[in-house]
Amino acid sequence: MALNLGCTAKPGNARDNKTGSWRVFKPEFIREKCTQCGMCTIVCPEGCISPDEDEFPVPDYDYCKGCGLCAEECPSEAIEMKKEEK
Amino acid sequence: MMEIMEGSHAVARAVTMCRPQVIAAYPITPQTHIVEALAEIVANCELDADYITVESEFSALSACLGASAAGSRVYSATTSQGLALMFEVCFNVAGMRQPVVMSIVNRALGAPLSIWNDHQDSISLRDSGWMQFYAEDNQEATDLHYIAYKVAEDHRVLLPSFVCFDGFILSHTYEPVDMLNQEQADSYLPPFKPYHRLDADDPISFGLFASPDYYQEFRYENDQALRSAQDVVASCGREFGEMFGRDYSGLVEAYRLDDADTAIVAMGSLCGTVKDAIDELRDAGKKVGLLKIRSFRPFPAEEIKSALSGVSRVAVLDKNISLGSKGAACLEIRDALYGSQIPVLGYVLALGGRDVRKKDIAAIVDNAEKGRGDIVYGLREELLK
Repeated sequence: MALNLGCTAKPGNARDNKTGSWRVFKPEFIREKCTQCGMCTIVCPEGCISPDEDEFPVPDYDYCKGCGLCAEECPSEAIEMKKEEK
Repeated sequence: MMEIMEGSHAVARAVTMCRPQVIAAYPITPQTHIVEALAEIVANCELDADYITVESEFSALSACLGASAAGSRVYSATTSQGLALMFEVCFNVAGMRQPVVMSIVNRALGAPLSIWNDHQDSISLRDSGWMQFYAEDNQEATDLHYIAYKVAEDHRVLLPSFVCFDGFILSHTYEPVDMLNQEQADSYLPPFKPYHRLDADDPISFGLFASPDYYQEFRYENDQALRSAQDVVASCGREFGEMFGRDYSGLVEAYRLDDADTAIVAMGSLCGTVKDAIDELRDAGKKVGLLKIRSFRPFPAEEIKSALSGVSRVAVLDKNISLGSKGAACLEIRDALYGSQIPVLGYVLALGGRDVRKKDIAAIVDNAEKGRGDIVYGLREELLK
């Protein structure tokens, strides 16, 4: 995102701000344990977890801030938070 | 046309000539006469502007910020505690790059409560990103408003501006003022062309959130804009001189400085007293000159360095003090002359309206010649036990 004079922006541009850069812990999704219950999709405060073509949940790491709510709530313990080195 | 006018009324008239579309202000001594006069001018339909009456200075500048963002030329005026209440909004106006022009009728800050003049109010907003111009007399105070609008609205600058002049000493004093007529003012100051503005059909937001990945770059750009404003201030000041005969191309102004041993540096109405004192000191054989700082922000460090390059010592007069340190101008002059070996001596004086006379300037020159500086001048020792 280039700077705009006066820090101006048009509406609906929140997507341009890739908040995934804030992440310290990265959720890793383990397909073998996942039951496709959809809990992670529901609790994600960023709304950035969506099902792939096989109905397995996949996070969008451009926006995942690594809050860990999905891993905390996953009934199958199919999500692990791993320290991310940048 | 030359008229004898009270400073506040002269400024109100000059502001009227600048055709602000929105005025929002809250009365406070010694600024009151300006906003009273403007309220009357708007009520009499002599100026087509919205005059927003507000409940505080915080709201006054907030209203100006919104109106400026909506594409209007705006005006406010305040002083002292009123400016202190605007502190947050001042940073927002500068960060959103809105060319608001505001008169600061300089007054001391409480506590203790004082309605009298010093420069602590505007100096305390030194770091906010606003330009700061200081007027020596009422002629300069009026002229600087036209120049401030022209510089602030220049798309190479887009920064707000204080026009500072001393409370009571100028604001309540009657002086001859050569007032531009409307035609002259219009020929110098064209209508405001906003760089971008709030528009319901093409919406934008101003001053949005910046994460640590972006904030520092915004502050850097603000700093760059203020630095590069120097050239625009000079060219707008020169243009004013070419059109009306009073040249403001210098961000500083020298008086009998060419062969001076001791240079006095000062801002505001004090410069008039200093000039008279210099004339007397020169008659007595002392080579003393003045460097008046008209533009404290942007700060013309290079201009100052070259103007002071030939002197033996510099005495900086500050009507402000950074408690625990020194006067603001002293520190910056010393910084500008860093590496030059010219001693820079600071004198904090005239706080809270303490009068400064020619004999005080002579005494300061005497102190400077003896190398005695970095003091608060004129302390009443009998009060300090």
